[in-house]
Amino acid sequence: MKLRTLLASAAAAVLMTGAASAQTVGVTDTSIKIGNTSPYSGPASSYSVIAKTQIAYWKAVNAAGGIKSADGKTRKIEMISLDDGYSPPRTVEQIRKLVEQEEVAFTFNTLGTPTNSAIHRYMNAKKVPHLFLATGASKWGHPEKYPWTIGFQPTYDVEGEIYAKFALENVENPKIAILFQNDDYGKDYRDGFLRGLGDKAKDMVVKMLPYEVTDPTVDAQVLEMAASGANIFFNVTIPKFAAQAIKKSCEIGWKPLHLLNNVSSSVGATLRPAGLECSKGLVTTQWQRDPTDPQWAATDGFKEWAAFMDASLPDADKGDINYAFGYNAVKLMHHVIANCADFSRPGIMACAANVKDLQLPMVLPGVLINTSPTDFYPVQAAQLSRFDGTGWALFGDIIDASE
Amino acid sequence: MDRPNPITKKLLIGFLIALGVGILIPQITTDFTTYQFTLAISYGIAMLGLNILTGYNGQFSVGHSAFFAIGAYTAAIMIEHFAIDPYTSIVIAAFAAFVVGFLFGLPALRLEGLYLALATFGFAVATPQLLKFDAFEHWTGGVQGIFVPKPEPLMEGLSADQSLYYVAMGIMVFLMVVAWSILNSRSGRAMMAIRDNPVAAATMGINLPMVKTTTFGLSAMYAGIGGALFTYSSEFVSPDTFNFFIAVYILVGSVIGGIATIPGVIFGGLFIVFMPNYAQDLKLFFEGTEGPWAAVAGVVPPPWAIFGVMLILVIYFVPFGVWGGIERLWAWTKRRSAG
Repeated sequence: MKLRTLLASAAAAVLMTGAASAQTVGVTDTSIKIGNTSPYSGPASSYSVIAKTQIAYWKAVNAAGGIKSADGKTRKIEMISLDDGYSPPRTVEQIRKLVEQEEVAFTFNTLGTPTNSAIHRYMNAKKVPHLFLATGASKWGHPEKYPWTIGFQPTYDVEGEIYAKFALENVENPKIAILFQNDDYGKDYRDGFLRGLGDKAKDMVVKMLPYEVTDPTVDAQVLEMAASGANIFFNVTIPKFAAQAIKKSCEIGWKPLHLLNNVSSSVGATLRPAGLECSKGLVTTQWQRDPTDPQWAATDGFKEWAAFMDASLPDADKGDINYAFGYNAVKLMHHVIANCADFSRPGIMACAANVKDLQLPMVLPGVLINTSPTDFYPVQAAQLSRFDGTGWALFGDIIDASE
Repeated sequence: MDRPNPITKKLLIGFLIALGVGILIPQITTDFTTYQFTLAISYGIAMLGLNILTGYNGQFSVGHSAFFAIGAYTAAIMIEHFAIDPYTSIVIAAFAAFVVGFLFGLPALRLEGLYLALATFGFAVATPQLLKFDAFEHWTGGVQGIFVPKPEPLMEGLSADQSLYYVAMGIMVFLMVVAWSILNSRSGRAMMAIRDNPVAAATMGINLPMVKTTTFGLSAMYAGIGGALFTYSSEFVSPDTFNFFIAVYILVGSVIGGIATIPGVIFGGLFIVFMPNYAQDLKLFFEGTEGPWAAVAGVVPPPWAIFGVMLILVIYFVPFGVWGGIERLWAWTKRRSAG
C-alpha cells in the first residue's frame, strides 16, 4: 500500500512538473545542456582531443557571456562529454545516461562509426537530435528513415565520387584498378567511386581487388593490377598498406594516375615510409586546412583558430588536425544555436537542417556547409591535392559532389 | 572435502534480504539505473560460468567474451531472422553456447593451464573477425550489426527496462541455484577432484574428458545466457561489441567477486558496471570545481587503470575475492565471540 502511495505521488509530481514546463528538456532561457561520448580511454583515445577542443570552446564562449540566439535570449552552453572507450555497449550506456539522467537537449559530434551505429536507433526512437556525428560513414544522412540523425564530415563515398569525376575528366580511355579494404570503410569508398563513374563503370574497371586488414602485404595485388594494364589506380587502403602499394608500384615501374584516399594522406605516416620520390604525383582530396601547411597561416580562419588554441589550449600540439576538426564542428554548432529561434527538439533538428553556405574557419576556403530537410550531409565538397615531393599542393576548383 | 558454499541459516536470511533489495531496485530507481543493474546481472551470469570453469574445475579461460558473443548473436539472429520470441531465444542461445563450449572443450582437453588460456584468448580475439566475415554477413549483419528491440514488458505497469530486469534477476537466481546444486552433487565433486588432483581423480574412476568438456560447455552456456540478456538491454549487437575487453571485464569481475564462489559474481557484476561510472563522475565533479580542486581531476585514473590496480591488489591481499573476504571475516568474528 505504502509503495503504491509513493508511486502515485511520484507520478503526480512528474505530471505536474511536465505541465509546468512546456520547454524542451535541457533548455532554459539562460542555458542549453548538451552532451556527447568520446573515447577518452582505449585504442581510439587520440581522437578525444576533438571533444576537449569543444569543451574548451564552450568555456570561452560562456566566459564571454554565452550565445545570443534568434529568439532574443542569451544562453550558456553546458557540454557533458563522457568516455565510451570506443566500445559500442559503453556508448549505449553513456548516451542513455546523458539523455535519461543528465537530461541533455541533444547530443553533438559523438565519435566513431561502430559507436554511433549502436545508438542510431535509440536516438531516433527517443526523438533526441543526434547532431553532426564525427564519422565518415555514409549512413548518417537518411532523414526519411532516421530524421533525428545528421552527419558532419564528407563521407567516404562522397570522396570516392570526387575521385571518379576527376579521373573521367583527366584520363583518356580510362582503365581502372581498385584496391580496397574489405570492410565498411573500404566498401563505402568503392561504392561511391563506382557511382561517380556512372553507367560505364563496368567497362572501365579492369581490376577490383580486396585485401584484409590482417594481410601482411598487398604486393601480390599490386602486381596483378599492374599486369592488367590499368592507367588509373584507386588506392583505398589505410596508411600501412598505402605505403606498401606506393612503394611496390614505384619499384616495378607502374605509373598510373594514383588516387590515394584521404585517410592515408599523412606525409609522416604514409608517404615518408613509401619514399617521397615514389610519392610524387599522388592525388588525394582535402576539405580542411591542414594546420601544418604554411599557406594557411595568413588566413583569417587560421588566425582565429590559432588565437583560440593559444588562449584556451596552450599546451596542445597545433600540428594535430583533430584540433582543427573539433573547432570546425563546434563552430557549426555555434552557428546553428545562434540562428535558431525554436528550441523544441523538432525545432533544433530543423535548425540543424537549415544551414546555408557557411564557411568554417579551418575548412578550405570555398568549401561551404549546406544542409536542408532533405540534405543531411553538411560537407560534401573537397579539393584535389597533388604531392609535389615535399608537400601537398591544392589544385583545380572545389568539387562539390552534391551537384 | 568441504561442501562448497554451505547453506547456513544466516546465509539463507542474507539471500532473502538480497532478493528483497533486488526486487525493490527498479521501484526506487530510474529506468536508466535499472538498465545498469540489468547489465551487471548479465555480466554476473557470465562470471558465474567462468567461476564454475576456473574456480571449481581448474580450467583457465580468458576468452569468455567469445561465448558471450555467441549467446548474444544467437539470440539476436533468432529474433531478427526467425521471429522467435525473445525468451525462447535465450534458451536457444544457451544451447548454442553449450554446444560450442563443449566442442571447444574437446581439443582443449590436451591443453593444460597456460596453453588453454592461450587457446581461449585466440578464440576471443578471432570471434569479432569471424562475425564480420562476408559469408556470414547475411546472418550477422556484418560490421553493421543487428538491432534487437527490447522485449515487451511482461506485466502491465512495468516499463521494458523494469520487466527485463526482473527476467534477468529471475534467471540469475535460477542459475545460481543450478550451479549450487551441481557443485554439491557427485558431478560437482568430480569437477573439484579434477581441479585438485587430476591423476587421483582419474584413478578413482572419474571420466576426465567427459567431466572437463561438459564443464566447459556448462560454463559457456552461462556466458551465452549472459550475452543474450546483455543484448536485450543494449538493444544492439555488432562485432566490435565483443572485443577482447569484454573477456577482461568478465575475468576481472570474477576475480574481484571471488573466483571460487557463487554469490561473489553479484559484486563482480556491480563493480564492472558501476566503477567506471563513479570514476568518471568523480573526474567530472573535480573538473567542474574552481581553484586547486580542479587539479584533482587530472589524478583520477581512467577505468582501465583502476581495473588493473584492483586486480593486482585483490590477487595480493584478498585472493579469494570480495565474497571470500566476507566469509572469512564472518568466520573470524564468530571465533572471536566464541573464544
